[in-house]
Amino acid sequence: MLTSDMLKLDNVTKTYRVGALGGKAVTAVDRVSFDVRAGEVVSLIGESGSGKSTIGRMILGLTPVTGGSITVAGAPVRPGRDYYRSVQGVFQDPFSCYNPVFKADRVFRLIKETYHPGVPEDEWAARVRAAVRDVRLNPGEVLGKYPHQLSGGQLQRMLIARALLLDLKLLVADEITSMLDASTRVDVLNLLADLKARGLAVLYVTHDLALGTYLAERTVVLWRGTVVERGPTEQVFGDPLHPYTRRLLAAVPRLHAPWEDAPEVRSCLYHDTGAVGGLAEATPGHFVACARLSDCQGDVS
Amino acid sequence: MTAAPTETRPEPRVVRREALHFAVRNGKLVTGFAVVLVLLLTGLLGPLLLGSAPPNEYVAAPMLPPSAEHWFGTTTFGQDVFTQFVHGLRTTFAVGALGGGIAALIAMVVGFTAGYRGGLPDEALTMLTNVILVIPTLAVLLVVNAYLGVRGVAVQGLFIGLTSWPWAARAIRAQTFSLRTRDFVDLARLSGLGTGRIIAREIAPNMSSYLFMTFILLFGGSVLIASSLDFIGLGPTEGVSLGLMLQNATQWSALQLGLWWWFVPPGAAITAVVGALYVANVGLDEVFNPKLRTT
Repeated sequence: MLTSDMLKLDNVTKTYRVGALGGKAVTAVDRVSFDVRAGEVVSLIGESGSGKSTIGRMILGLTPVTGGSITVAGAPVRPGRDYYRSVQGVFQDPFSCYNPVFKADRVFRLIKETYHPGVPEDEWAARVRAAVRDVRLNPGEVLGKYPHQLSGGQLQRMLIARALLLDLKLLVADEITSMLDASTRVDVLNLLADLKARGLAVLYVTHDLALGTYLAERTVVLWRGTVVERGPTEQVFGDPLHPYTRRLLAAVPRLHAPWEDAPEVRSCLYHDTGAVGGLAEATPGHFVACARLSDCQGDVS
Repeated sequence: MTAAPTETRPEPRVVRREALHFAVRNGKLVTGFAVVLVLLLTGLLGPLLLGSAPPNEYVAAPMLPPSAEHWFGTTTFGQDVFTQFVHGLRTTFAVGALGGGIAALIAMVVGFTAGYRGGLPDEALTMLTNVILVIPTLAVLLVVNAYLGVRGVAVQGLFIGLTSWPWAARAIRAQTFSLRTRDFVDLARLSGLGTGRIIAREIAPNMSSYLFMTFILLFGGSVLIASSLDFIGLGPTEGVSLGLMLQNATQWSALQLGLWWWFVPPGAAITAVVGALYVANVGLDEVFNPKLRTT
């Protein structure tokens, strides 16, 4: 393959039908395009309701796509056994990810049943323990316990260990640290950095800017279902071009610094450059959408 | 690091063993099941021990109070109440198992399908459920009664099973609906499990005490409905059941004549079966839900 894109979204759209007979349509995700390369973390940042989780679910094949295309390693999303061998997700709430009536290590058992039925039991147990150690947990502490006996950080790391038992190529991490405390959060983020070093593509979905910048090479800023700015993380955060990105950055509280209003965006790059097709390229790789200023002409939404 | 021995064991067996471990230590469950088991064995073995005497035969002087000869006394016609009682228990369990079993099966199929699939299948099945729910059972039974001259226990059980499932289907549907949006269902899909296996292995175990309760309530309900139908004269046209005994007792003024031994045993047995099942159900919830366990 020519490109090294592991994940590619091309004008992905999701519309939900609502109302009594599905008479009304709500667009949750509107023509979103970006890509994630192997060995790279891309953070997808947006507020609640911006459609970031929907994008994650569409990539995982849990929600069907209304329009556009998603390809993983060049092939379209095809939910099923083979697809999930290389594409996995970790979700926000670790307590909801475990079936409360079963022991937590059942998540490993399901992987064995589906993907490694031929592996002898003792070898499998050794693999599980190795994977659990890889996520810096003590196998003796977490195996054979019920979910309610374990902490959120332990459960979340076990889910990452579960993904490690497969031939993973792409991991969708949907708000995986939002329910963890600050120190556990950094541990889990470092695990994602390990995965990146192994050559995995990671899509890190978050609403937290600080965590987004910690890992990601590139950042996609999502606002009401559309991409407003995307590019290398240092450029997006160092030189934000879209009013929404600036508001977002201004909203991060800082120590020893008074609250400041976001610097105003005075011109719309999109209309200044006469770009077409949704985003204007400011510097190579750094794209920005229409700033929606009052003097922006035409409808680009 | 050494592996704990439980780590390598296939999991379903561990769960089953564990459920059993807590089941035998649960007072409510053991008591409830013991009562049901005693009555069930009475119904199953009693008729065999009593020999081939038909339960409605006139065997002794009428209106005898309980004695060593006739444990539960005799009716106004000299029938042995104990013989009727054990045969009636057998019929009652048969109707309960048949009616409850059929209803639980339909309720689970409809409830799981509607709740998990949602959308159009859900709309269609919910409509069917609501239609069955509002059918006046008694009126239908009168019509059926007109067509079928001779009714047996099987017909009665079938009829009860086919008409008593809607509330259970609605309950299972609602529960499935809420469980299917949980992340562990998504995670099971990411583990390559298909719809059927997700329902059987992720959703159903989560509500196993609930499903068992559904069966228990449907079983108890079938027993009560059957007794009521028998009591108003729409029961089996031949044989004997606890409900028929109550009907006969009322019809021949057992209460006014002071023949308490005629109506107390069947009434107490119906109450004991249904009540014991409810108590067992409370215990079952503690067994299946690890969070409710006290040890």
